[in-house]
Amino acid sequence: MSGVRVLVGTRKGAFVLSSDAKRAAWDVSGPHFGGWEIYHVKGSPADPNRLYASQSSGWFGQIIQRSNDGGKTWEPVGNKFVYDGVPGTHQWYDGTPHPWEFKRVWHLEPSLTDPDTVYAGVEDAALFRSTDGGQTWQELAGLRGHGSGPNWQPGAGGLCLHTILLDPGNPQRIFIAISAAGAFRTDDGGKTWRPINRGLKSDGIPNPNAEVGHCVHRIAMHRSRPGVLFMQKHWDVMRSDDAGDSWQEVSGNLPTDFGFAIDVHAHEPETIYVVPIKSDSEHYPLDGKLRVYRSRTGGQEWEALTNGLPQRDCYVNVLRDAMAVDALDSCGVYFGTTGGQVYASADSGDSWAPIVRDLPPVVSVEVQTL
Amino acid sequence: MIRVELPAHLRTLAQVGREVSVDVEGRATLRAVLDAIETRYPVLRGTIRDHVTEQRRPFVRFFACEEDLSHDPPDTPLPEAVATGAEPFLIVGAMSGG
Repeated sequence: MSGVRVLVGTRKGAFVLSSDAKRAAWDVSGPHFGGWEIYHVKGSPADPNRLYASQSSGWFGQIIQRSNDGGKTWEPVGNKFVYDGVPGTHQWYDGTPHPWEFKRVWHLEPSLTDPDTVYAGVEDAALFRSTDGGQTWQELAGLRGHGSGPNWQPGAGGLCLHTILLDPGNPQRIFIAISAAGAFRTDDGGKTWRPINRGLKSDGIPNPNAEVGHCVHRIAMHRSRPGVLFMQKHWDVMRSDDAGDSWQEVSGNLPTDFGFAIDVHAHEPETIYVVPIKSDSEHYPLDGKLRVYRSRTGGQEWEALTNGLPQRDCYVNVLRDAMAVDALDSCGVYFGTTGGQVYASADSGDSWAPIVRDLPPVVSVEVQTL
Repeated sequence: MIRVELPAHLRTLAQVGREVSVDVEGRATLRAVLDAIETRYPVLRGTIRDHVTEQRRPFVRFFACEEDLSHDPPDTPLPEAVATGAEPFLIVGAMSGG
């Protein structure tokens, strides 16, 4: 492996940050699609030169861009996302029925084996799949149709399907998460789905056994152990050892367990990272100190990582898709902030340095190990 | 020949200059011009009006000959000066947002 490519989506364009394996000197390319919101950019594990980007705007809607040369050039592909059949209704914020309306693609997840197959998580929440490199999209309608869909309610950011995890050991198994419906799993390639939210507890949900309604912010897994999941919920960091059938809280000694991003070390399946955020109405770090917290025990016991991160007057947020790890021998960890910084650590989080400081607000960060 | 001015982001997307021209068979209506633009520049499908309902996107407006045509029914004939190519048909992104 010779280097890394960091794919950054921001409120005003995409950026590609490249470095050799030392991860000390960076080349910055961009903005690509300047002026458009780039919710997500991700590369195909089967062909690193194949990238997909979600480009959207409040004026002109959704565009999907595809690159076949690692982000040097791009071409727009299909942008027609039409819900299967009669879309029906979900709940609006006030509990009234609201028609399902496509707004944007939050997350693109390329297949682990086929560069032309890619999944799209969209708002209003649904899962789409393309098998022709993004030219055409079909909804996997069993998710919205499994029964609880009419009861789903949006989170503050909308009713968005933001997390898609493909099981490396079982091509029929996919995990997804929706704010604020919860987590779901299919074991038959997307035909049928079921909620996997047992053990989640959320204020404002009177029924402690509620099947849906939880504001799951992000789920992460290590590819060697796809049955073990880590979740940053609205409040609470959670863990499942049975592929989501049940969840246990592992917030432990975190100073606050609100947050958005969570990820797993590339080589240590029990080492996980979160960025604690003060509260659901104060979306910035506690005490103005930007701290990544690392657990080497799969949760419960956490240590603050501060070396190289601002420890005063810092009031940025780190959004749910804005943290990633590389697969070099010394695992790199990356995250982007709403203040436009992208921080990198080439030593598993022990020390940090900004790659860039002044981008537009960062929405997403992905890393390719080349 | 109908002259059409596109907003900056759609020019970039379609890789064209400020003004494009399209031919319309029969009567030049809003719908006919938008159909012709989308046929010639398929990448613009869904960016000006919805793929399925063909409703104008909320923050896109249509102007010609100093008139706001945004709320006209889609089969309304465009002004004669637009139909003859004397005046352009303007597709405008609303001034809003950040």
